Amino acid sequence: MKSESRFQQSPSPAQQSLLSSRRWRPWEPLLWLAAFALPLLLPAHAFIVNEIAIVALFAISLDMVLGYTGIVSLGHAAFFGMGAYTAALFAKHVMPDPIVGLAVGIAAATVLGAIFSLTIQRGSDLTRLMVTLGAALILLELANKLDWLTGGADGLQGVVMGPLLGRFEFDLSGRTAAWYSLTLLLVLFFLARRLVNSPLGATLKAIRDNRLRAMAIGIPVGSRLSVSYTVAAAMAGAAGALQAQTTGFASLDVFEFQRSADVMLILVVGGTGWLYGGVAGAIVFKLMQDFLSAITPQYWTFWLGLFLVVLVLVGRERLIRPWTWFANGRKT
Amino acid sequence: MLTILFDGIAYGMLLFILAVGLAVTMGLMNFINLAHGAFAMAGGYITVLLMQRLDVPFLVCLPLAFIGAALLGAVLERTLYRPLYHKPHLDQVLFSIGLTFMAVAATDYFMGSTQQIIQLPSFLRGRTELGSGNWILGMGHYRLFIIAVCAALTVALQLVLARTRFGSRLRASVDDQRVAAGLGINVNVVFLTTFAFGSGLAGLGGALGAEVLGLDPIFPLKFMIYFLIVVAVGGTSSITGPLLAALLLGIADVSGKYYIPKLGAFIVYCLMILILVWRPQGLFVRRGGRP
Amino acid sequence: MQKKTMIRAAMAAVLLAASGLGIAQDNKFKIGLILPMTGPFASTGKQIEAAARLYMAQNGDTLAGKKVELMIKDDTGTPDVTKRIAQELVVNDKVSVLAGFGLTPLALATAPIATQSKTPLVVMAAATSSITQASPYVVRTSFALPQASVAMADWAAKNGIKKVVTLVSDYGPGIDAEKFFKERLLFNGGQVPETLRVPLRNPDFAPFLQKVRDAKPDAVFVFVPSGAGSAVMKQFAERGLDKAGIKLIGTGDVTDDDILNGMGDVALGVVTSHHYSAAHPSAANKKFVEAFAKANNNLRPNFMAVGGYDGMRLIYEAAKKTKGAGGDALLAAMKGQIWESPRGPMYIDAQTRDAVHNIYIRKVEKKDGQLYNVEFDVIKDVKDPGKEK
Repeated sequence: MKSESRFQQSPSPAQQSLLSSRRWRPWEPLLWLAAFALPLLLPAHAFIVNEIAIVALFAISLDMVLGYTGIVSLGHAAFFGMGAYTAALFAKHVMPDPIVGLAVGIAAATVLGAIFSLTIQRGSDLTRLMVTLGAALILLELANKLDWLTGGADGLQGVVMGPLLGRFEFDLSGRTAAWYSLTLLLVLFFLARRLVNSPLGATLKAIRDNRLRAMAIGIPVGSRLSVSYTVAAAMAGAAGALQAQTTGFASLDVFEFQRSADVMLILVVGGTGWLYGGVAGAIVFKLMQDFLSAITPQYWTFWLGLFLVVLVLVGRERLIRPWTWFANGRKT
Repeated sequence: MLTILFDGIAYGMLLFILAVGLAVTMGLMNFINLAHGAFAMAGGYITVLLMQRLDVPFLVCLPLAFIGAALLGAVLERTLYRPLYHKPHLDQVLFSIGLTFMAVAATDYFMGSTQQIIQLPSFLRGRTELGSGNWILGMGHYRLFIIAVCAALTVALQLVLARTRFGSRLRASVDDQRVAAGLGINVNVVFLTTFAFGSGLAGLGGALGAEVLGLDPIFPLKFMIYFLIVVAVGGTSSITGPLLAALLLGIADVSGKYYIPKLGAFIVYCLMILILVWRPQGLFVRRGGRP
Repeated sequence: MQKKTMIRAAMAAVLLAASGLGIAQDNKFKIGLILPMTGPFASTGKQIEAAARLYMAQNGDTLAGKKVELMIKDDTGTPDVTKRIAQELVVNDKVSVLAGFGLTPLALATAPIATQSKTPLVVMAAATSSITQASPYVVRTSFALPQASVAMADWAAKNGIKKVVTLVSDYGPGIDAEKFFKERLLFNGGQVPETLRVPLRNPDFAPFLQKVRDAKPDAVFVFVPSGAGSAVMKQFAERGLDKAGIKLIGTGDVTDDDILNGMGDVALGVVTSHHYSAAHPSAANKKFVEAFAKANNNLRPNFMAVGGYDGMRLIYEAAKKTKGAGGDALLAAMKGQIWESPRGPMYIDAQTRDAVHNIYIRKVEKKDGQLYNVEFDVIKDVKDPGKEK
């Protein structure tokens, strides 16, 4: 991304620092290349790559509301689930094409996000926490009651996806699925990045940092909140649709509290307010979960809990810098 | 219908006892403690262990559950929670969820994953029926017992808050911590005592609730949502707020499941969202208190 | 910036390490056992794991010259995790057979993988009728709810119970149980004034049992998943249903052996129908129960354990016949097997691939100070009525 051409002289240091956040760092293309190469280099792990990509997308969507706009949400799974069920039902009853199904899933989640954004306008952190949680749980109950449509607690069976772009089958090796999810992750990541580095994104950050002041300088807080929430809902819906399509299955747990809580943990572990936080958190969390549960299938949650407790006590920033662990009396 | 109302009140009072500790710590220390359910579970399991292994009578187990959970709360507050008071809410959420996971897995390891069953003493097992026809009021003795205990505790709590010196120190610290410290109130001691007391109450609630709500290692995760609803709707600046919120929640939940079983829990969540959208600070908030 | 690069490096390192572990070993007969080891259905996972290990301990770990490797994975009771684990087991670890499946949705989600990869799938716990039809590679050693419900409806009609309210958990097996019980009871001239369904997760039985009481039936027919029976029993007594003259009948999941003894005297006299009781008076069962208790800290085996034990037997005998090969040959060797299980005689129907066994009517009685389901009537060789339509 080059600087805007309307600057006649070279930009001042202030302008440069603002613009630099938009630029791609040299290691970023390498990272994405490596990610895309993974299903080829490590074909046995294509599934987990797929799963990590989906969770990373979900976490990035939460970052939009949590990290960039300051809305604490424990019910983000509502949009994930909406995307998942819509895509699954679409594939089952209308047309098995994945891309069209994805679009429909995203559209449904967006509409839902626009509606729910009316509920998060007012109140404290706790209020918003509860309202978002309640919204997700209501959807869970609805999905359960409408079991003639959703299959209820047994889940939606018989979802068979057609080949991607008419050529690539979703096969047992999981490679198509992994590349599909990674591509979508990249595209939406790119879009999210444009958004948060745009003037709109700057207003969102202002709202996050000090809502009163943002209102005082004339930022329309209410509508910005809605926009941010709706965009995040759309991205979460994309993640949900991906999950339903790559696994060929959708069941009630896409709406569960556990899912919203997990994605929040993932985002917080990776770091909020920094789009790669979702990706980093997803990788660390999923790998750790896989690793721990292979060792102790029954009690792995204990070690996960211990990790979280230690992480917070030590300080999230310091975890990556082991030399600061035993520095006493110095503020990090 | 009266029976359902009665059941709802019993359920609500139980939820209140379980959640009041959370409400007070959230209002006082501004700390989102999602591990509150773990203290309740501790109280329940202490009761089960005492009754099954040492044949301690049920009524004696109740105060022991309170004390056990309170001690646990005091120790954890002093060691783990205190350094985290000024951290952002997100960190607190992470920490308390981690603590909950550890508690759940540890309980599963030591006690197994099946539901624990308590044998109540015989005088608590009966049922009295009053009235007739449509206006039958069937009162299970155990639920009557719960209502009595919880009502007594509520009155006691209100008295402590309103009439004792500790109560006024507590209220001062909730309203404005810095000024209270400036007046010479030892805020650390207030926090420690309150946290311990709140956890103790949760433990007592867990012991009482083992019979009605069931007790298994995932108890904290199952009921955390209900506690949060009570605190969010009731507000954190008084005791009557959570009490009324808990009663409302209990009655709505039980009636919903009886009259419209297809919609059951749905009603509770809708109600909560409507209330919170209408009154974001909670239904019963004192003017001037910190949100 | 440093933080990000270090995370990247860590991730790459872990992935490389993990890939090293992923290389499959040859010349082993691998069994992928997917169970809910954590979450609300963890007790099922524990029972089946214990039974599977018991079978291996008793019968050795070599089959047709190959070493048997039992790979146990936790799916936390979530279907998409089950599916992913199954996919990994089949593609990465090249298991010869998938087994376990504590709940219906878990089995249904995984069935397409069995079909696609031609891997036999042995269902050891889930009990909805339609599971065996989800894939031609599914074989079941647990049971099907209709088997028990129909038997119960027959017994009820013969014993003067005419008006019954049904109370089931709202998912596949529960709906199966309700449907077949109702049909059979109506066929036998009874009435079912109300059919109540309780949510599967976080059930609260109190309001539902209150409704049962208000309907004043002769009996209430209950189905709940394994482990939830104690909550029902407690509420049943507390609402005064027994004093109001309402009998409690149901499938054996309500008086699950795992929790029966802890229920107390309120459970005495409850009549249920099921395919297995720990008190089944046969030599094979006595041996099984003793060995199980010895290996697991005096834990009593329940019908989940017997499903796991028989499932292992099925796999072992089939593998012996195919000399360790998998795929279609293994599936063919599983169909039609007939043996004496701790539950009684049973066989795998070659057409439906479902378990055909005796259904016993039992009553809860006290024996040696402990509560047991004592069998007093039997219906032999019950096939799944759900498939006879």
